[in-house]
Amino acid sequence: MTETMATNGTTTGSRGSRVLGAATLLGLATLLLFAFGLTEADIRLHPTTGEEIGQFDAVRLLYLHVPLAVFTYVAFVLCAFASAGYLIRRTPWFDTMAHAAAEVGTVFCGLVLVTGSIWGRPVWNTWWEWGDVRLMTTLVLFLMFTGYLALRRATVDPRAAARRGAVVALVAVLDLPLVNRSVEWWENRTLHQKSTLGELKIQDLTLFTLMLGFLVFGLVLAWLLLHRFRVGWLEREDAEHGIAADIAERRAAIDEGDVDAAVGEGT
Amino acid sequence: MNRFLADARLVAAKDLRIEARSRVVLNQVAPFALLVLVLFGFALDADQRTLRAFAPGLFWVAVLLCALLAVQRSVSVEQADGALTGLRLSGMSPAALFVGKAAAVFVQLVVLEVLLTAGIIVLYGSEIEQPLLLVATGVLAAVAVACTGTLYGALASGLGVRETLLPILLLPVLAPVLIGATRAFDDALGNAAVDGWAWLGLLAVFAVVATAGGALAHGALVEE
Repeated sequence: MTETMATNGTTTGSRGSRVLGAATLLGLATLLLFAFGLTEADIRLHPTTGEEIGQFDAVRLLYLHVPLAVFTYVAFVLCAFASAGYLIRRTPWFDTMAHAAAEVGTVFCGLVLVTGSIWGRPVWNTWWEWGDVRLMTTLVLFLMFTGYLALRRATVDPRAAARRGAVVALVAVLDLPLVNRSVEWWENRTLHQKSTLGELKIQDLTLFTLMLGFLVFGLVLAWLLLHRFRVGWLEREDAEHGIAADIAERRAAIDEGDVDAAVGEGT
Repeated sequence: MNRFLADARLVAAKDLRIEARSRVVLNQVAPFALLVLVLFGFALDADQRTLRAFAPGLFWVAVLLCALLAVQRSVSVEQADGALTGLRLSGMSPAALFVGKAAAVFVQLVVLEVLLTAGIIVLYGSEIEQPLLLVATGVLAAVAVACTGTLYGALASGLGVRETLLPILLLPVLAPVLIGATRAFDDALGNAAVDGWAWLGLLAVFAVVATAGGALAHGALVEE
């Protein structure tokens, strides 16, 4: 970590990350304004019966759902590359990055499932569609990375945690192509649209809001990743510093001839 | 290569000898397998038509639950008295060690599957229509489960929370095996008009990937 880290030990913010954070929050507010206010609901007229069809207001959730899904992929792919990097290079940078990416990716993946489920209730008329391959593969992805985080939390030795985590992440990421390609590979086994964009009335505002969504959630990912990485890095430094300090303390005790204190007995 | 196979056989024989003398899987896991079948019967109100229709899925859920126990056992025999350290110091390759451990789990799983097959025939009234497909599915799925289980067992080994951690790590990864094996059994037991042999192909791919990937990754895990 070369850039300015926390100076007083109570924050992971730096000037750069504060600017990024402000931009992210502003972007999120703008996105919500566009997605839930300025854009129109998806209402079309059936060509023959003239009935009102479409996704109505539910379409607004897609401005969040689709970018979240895309950046879930980005986070998990990043995690996989960092994991592979760790197994090759064995440096803490890769491991801290893999852990941070997996954690943020899991949060994103959970939000994808939640927003998708809420969207599916009015549009597909169900919270959960068992026949949908993409839904199932995404849930499995979420569960595998939940397991990854549980494994990391349970492993005390940081090097063992890094190595085992890397293996789990590399296995779990094999599910990603299945999630992404499922819409094409099992066309009749999914309710997911190949591309919702093609079906909607692509007005300038709709397209703009979706693109804004991609930009904003890219910023959210970068911002969370930056802070999570710094927390991980500080934790590691703290653990290392703690051991070094303990050793120094005991050495000092021995120098003073206080063997009882050095071996941790006597008091 | 001969050395590799000899080492793997040595490890597998050791694990099976431990099992033959301790009878943990036979005396504890096998009755548990039958108990699961009975519990499904209670849960589904002992309606034999329903049970027969869902027999393939219930069978494979029971296999996965038993596989968890078999893998836990396979890991725990290496924990006592630093046995794993001894194996590492013996100079055999981590891949041979992996194949040996997985082979022992495989043999135990096949025994459990035979027992469970008898269970669904007797308790649920299933009838075998395609014995070859049934056996091939049982063998390939056992390979896939044994190899994946051994790899994830190594991942969770040495941790105080191994028993609770292993299911959440292993079961999501085995979801494709559950789906593929259930569909193949649907065909083999004449429950549904699906192409069981196509699902068998999926199981074969999974089994190959799990064996190769597990043997490769095991080196990174046992070097600790």
